[in-house]
Amino acid sequence: MKPILTGKAFLFGNNIDTDQIYPGRFVELTDAKDIAKYAMHGVDPEFITKVHDGDIIVAGTNFGCGSSREHAAITLKEVGIGAIIAESFARIFYRNAINLGLPLFICPHISTLIQHNDRVSIDVFTGAISSASGLLSKAEPLSEYVVHILESGGIKSLVKKQLEARSS
Amino acid sequence: MHAIEKLLAKKAGQTSVQTGEIINCEIDMAGINDLYLQTIRSFFEMGATRVFNPHKVIMFMDHYAPASTITQAQNQKQFREFCWDQGIDLLMDIDQGVCHQVLADKGLAYPGEIVVITDSHTTTHGAFGAFGTGVGATDLAIILATGKLWFRVPEIIKINFEGIPQKGVYAKDMILHAIGVLGADYAVYKAIEFGGSTLQHLCVSERMAMCNMSTEMGAKASYIQPDAITMAFLNEKVTRPYEIYQTDANFRYADEITFDISHLTPQLSAPSSVDNVDDINKYIGIAIAQAYLGSCTGGRAEDIGIAAAILDGKKVSSRTRFVIVPASKGVLLEAMEKGYVKTLMEAGATFVTPGCAACLGTHEGMLASGETCITTTNRNFPGRMGHVSAQIFLGSPAAVAASALMGKIVDPRDYLK
Ligand code: SF4
Repeated sequence: MKPILTGKAFLFGNNIDTDQIYPGRFVELTDAKDIAKYAMHGVDPEFITKVHDGDIIVAGTNFGCGSSREHAAITLKEVGIGAIIAESFARIFYRNAINLGLPLFICPHISTLIQHNDRVSIDVFTGAISSASGLLSKAEPLSEYVVHILESGGIKSLVKKQLEARSS
Repeated sequence: MHAIEKLLAKKAGQTSVQTGEIINCEIDMAGINDLYLQTIRSFFEMGATRVFNPHKVIMFMDHYAPASTITQAQNQKQFREFCWDQGIDLLMDIDQGVCHQVLADKGLAYPGEIVVITDSHTTTHGAFGAFGTGVGATDLAIILATGKLWFRVPEIIKINFEGIPQKGVYAKDMILHAIGVLGADYAVYKAIEFGGSTLQHLCVSERMAMCNMSTEMGAKASYIQPDAITMAFLNEKVTRPYEIYQTDANFRYADEITFDISHLTPQLSAPSSVDNVDDINKYIGIAIAQAYLGSCTGGRAEDIGIAAAILDGKKVSSRTRFVIVPASKGVLLEAMEKGYVKTLMEAGATFVTPGCAACLGTHEGMLASGETCITTTNRNFPGRMGHVSAQIFLGSPAAVAASALMGKIVDPRDYLK
């Protein structure tokens, strides 16, 4: 994982739920490539034509509330989102994203400090968030456990190692 | 310690736990829904070959019951084959219904249990004194592979409801009111215990609706201390031994809030956020294209019984569709035995196979653009039940049935005998 993540910001509001991130009628799709076609479809069906590798989602409170569908995290990771900074996250979405190796940062008031299309950077280890105008704010530091999962590229490879160690 | 903490400590093999501590717990029951084929993919990607214990794994064909597209059918086929290969007997196929109701019906939800399902409304099982929580596909795959999952020990909030509810006011109204006051993110990462004297007036079905909706405040789990009402229900269903934990008298809650509900009126959550709650009077007269009674929140026999009482000998408005989805096979059988199904079909209601149906906007009762729906379900996000421009109001079974009868939003208290 790169220590500093930089990308163009996409700004969203409060309570962006999983039906907006990935509508229920597409949940039957199971391949990441297919799932990627409907990222943020409930808010902006054109989103996938505008997003680039490394772009950063910035949102208000309770991002990812609603259903447990991992599709919501898969679709954002697959379209190249490098990180999500929100004022708070729903619990299951948080676990799902971290498990997949998609870094999430919690930062109060961030949605009032960043404009749509701003170039934003975040330091994974200190949580410092900056833009062209300098340091904007500091996100809550990630827990050791979360950093460990992210550095392993997601939880699957971690569990895989554990299982291999057990059977050897 | 709180009863929830004692339960978590026991399952983590510890004598105590601290708020915020990360613990690794043994899981008593791991449930997978037919939406999440990733669970099985991830299981194999992690190099696992056999599930930790096939008797502690349950598979639900509920969200797509029965399959309405070829893709859904393909997914369900792979799930069935996985169950057969792995010796998972608890394959709840398309005849069974919504996971949470099926667990309750079959006596698989009980005090002291940790139940984890790939479904956010697993908080429902707090109604039985269990620790129920929802996870995504990868977390569930980890349980399948190892039998365990990590949790952060949550802060615990107590919400008390005091007073005797008025006629026509249900647990759904109480919990909607609480969500309206506290907000959709009030309890994120936290557990909620429901207490107070009102619980003595709420049957298990109502308590399940209350615990179910705690998810809409962001709660990780919910809890109601098992009492005589719980035990009467469990004694009929649960055959295995279980342990009931008690909260210590000196336990300090992260927050404690009390609602006096003795004067509470029927409530509605208006589009498009569950915490957009007001008295139903604010919305009287809005035309309803579809009234929907179903889901793990409001699709039990008691709910269907309320609708039958309101529509007995009457007709659903000619401009309104009344879709009823019993939450499970058990619910449908009871509704048939009690005559509710006949009454409601004669009134013009449409019955759908037990399952999730249109609750998550995939099939069996989808909404067209601009249509307005009143429903007993739990979410009114844009596009939740069909077209993104459809408007969804959440209310009690009585509010839904009375609105179906009149073709517009009405106060259900005027239609209850
Ligand atoms: S009935 Fe609705 S809320 Fe309940 S599990 Fe099914 S889709 Fe989810």
